[in-house]
Amino acid sequence: MSTFAAQFLKQARVMAGDLRHRQIIRTALGNYELARDQGRAAFQDWQGARQLAAETKWEAINHLDHYLEQFASKLETRGTKVHWASTGEQAREIILQIVRDKKAKSVIKSKAMTAEEIHLNAALEAAGFNVVENDLGEFIVQLRHEAPYHIVFPSMHLTRDEISGLFERELGSAPTNDPEELTMIARRVLRKKFLTADIGITGANFAIAETGMISITENEGNARLTAALPKTMISLLGIEKILPQLEDLALFLPMLATMGTGQVLTCYNTLYGGPRQPGESDGPEEWHVVLLDNHRTELLADAEQRDALGCIRCGACLNVCPIFRNVGGHTYSTTYSGPIGSVITPHLRGLQDWKHLSNASSLCGACTETCPVKIDLHHHLLQNRRNASAAQPAFFERLAYKVFGFVANRPALWSIAKKFGRWGQPLQNLVKGTTLDPAKSWTQTRDLPQLAGESFKDWWRNRK
Amino acid sequence: MIITLFIPCFVDALFPRAGISMVQILEGLGHRVVCPAEIACCGQPPFNSGYWDEARSIAAPVLDKLKDAEVVVIGSGSCGAMVKKFYPELFANTPQAELAKKIAARTWEFSEFLVKKLGVTDLGARFPHKVTFHDGCHGLRELGIKKSPRELLGKVSGLEFVELAEAETCCGFGGTFAAKFPMISTAMGEVKCASAVETGAEYIVSNDSSCLMHLQGLLSRQGKPIKTIHLAEVLNHR
Repeated sequence: MSTFAAQFLKQARVMAGDLRHRQIIRTALGNYELARDQGRAAFQDWQGARQLAAETKWEAINHLDHYLEQFASKLETRGTKVHWASTGEQAREIILQIVRDKKAKSVIKSKAMTAEEIHLNAALEAAGFNVVENDLGEFIVQLRHEAPYHIVFPSMHLTRDEISGLFERELGSAPTNDPEELTMIARRVLRKKFLTADIGITGANFAIAETGMISITENEGNARLTAALPKTMISLLGIEKILPQLEDLALFLPMLATMGTGQVLTCYNTLYGGPRQPGESDGPEEWHVVLLDNHRTELLADAEQRDALGCIRCGACLNVCPIFRNVGGHTYSTTYSGPIGSVITPHLRGLQDWKHLSNASSLCGACTETCPVKIDLHHHLLQNRRNASAAQPAFFERLAYKVFGFVANRPALWSIAKKFGRWGQPLQNLVKGTTLDPAKSWTQTRDLPQLAGESFKDWWRNRK
Repeated sequence: MIITLFIPCFVDALFPRAGISMVQILEGLGHRVVCPAEIACCGQPPFNSGYWDEARSIAAPVLDKLKDAEVVVIGSGSCGAMVKKFYPELFANTPQAELAKKIAARTWEFSEFLVKKLGVTDLGARFPHKVTFHDGCHGLRELGIKKSPRELLGKVSGLEFVELAEAETCCGFGGTFAAKFPMISTAMGEVKCASAVETGAEYIVSNDSSCLMHLQGLLSRQGKPIKTIHLAEVLNHR
């Protein structure tokens, strides 16, 4: 078992029994579910919209080289500096170099999971730069020195009282559980940071190849300030963010809002097409776009699973996933949690180290059913299991299946096995749920059904 | 019609009454039922765990035994999904690929078979209890079964049906998942059971005994009075 797997099991055990956590997540997602369902109902044909979205993303992914070149060259014609990073380390270096060149003192950053993926904040801080997250949820988890809990709702695991206590400790504010007041406390801190920052770092929700623009979706306006106030803007995005045409946004913006937060559209949707042009009065003097591969091309090479690159990071699969809802986002210890995280993390960070996430699923398929771009999520979990077992089979598990298979479909042996089971079960009942019980992983919390005195096959034979 | 009934291994060993009910219902409708003695398991446990070679060695003889079947009926959405949906994938690019597809096309889950193939919904059953229904994930999402079990229950006299708020939420069984990640599986089951208890139903009905085994295991341990029962047993109740 990898150390990551051991850590996952340990944490999952704690979280699965945490009824308070279960209730917080249930309440938070209950509101989301209502809004999401209303939003979906507003689409004339939701299934048709999903199909179109899946096809659009499929086209973008299958011709990624073409669209990326188009995207980059359009950006460059308007004076944007485009950087290509094969690895997270390269991306960090590129960004660090820009920050050093600008002799920056203060960096502000709007929400970007790609930056979490490459641990950008840690790298900037290690190099002596102060980075402030300005999305409210991200700001909160940054103050707690923890990773975002969820790709869309970074601090959904916290109650208002917990946030108030955090602000009281870290910012010296007065206690309150009024959400507006809490927002104002954060805003007062953040506005000062915006005004003094030299560099603003953003992510992107979509990259439009046709026009060379990035699209950022948000509700707080902080990404707009990140782009508008500092002299230098850096945008970090994965190469899979591509959409072929500007008009694709007419589908993807409402779709992302509906599935992400249950809104018809988020409050702010902004397109950025270049740095400040001659004659323009605002915008950054310099804009750097860093395009990150970081093993995405390896996923692209996997013909079975490349549709996973179509993910728009709406978080809808996390929200419906019974595993996510019971173990929580931090248990995964990955940037991308929930079903999509369990699918792609083995590709991004190594199959053997992360295969446990693909095993930690009942394969219920709620994720696949909800995914707006129709990623075949739960079947990809199955494929990850197959690939992991083929490369590194677990000796005893495989042996058990061989023995079971040999016995199950041989009537005489199967019949004997059932007889042995009937004799053994009373003994097993004596040690039920203890360490002596061979079925303890089941019986610690659940009763086992008793083997029938007369099995179906016995009955069938006897009646003839 | 000659119906080949595939009784899954755990139904055979643990829940024979579900299988017996299926036989009696199908025979009662005037069909001949055959049950190949050599078949017990569809191969799903190794398949879901990623051991596809082992799954094929279990499933290949199954295909062979079913090759002449007119129709195959399986009393479980999960095993039904294995044969109907995953066999063609498991045997893709093997000499049995065509056979796997052929058998998949002839295979039916029990409730779908009654409603969609035989066109029967009223079996003359009587079950004077308040019941709710759990949609097993494989039946629901791999095979798209939602209406048939409800149509069948709708015709049972004396039966009061109440929907479960979490009807489509996984019960947490997931085969070997329940043993590999027992605490997560248990937490999922608790959510499901709480929702079932809220309905005030006396029985949780499902077309999948494996889900019911998990739910019953939790309910019994927690001392909850609500019981579980396979759809076929309800439909065979007079």
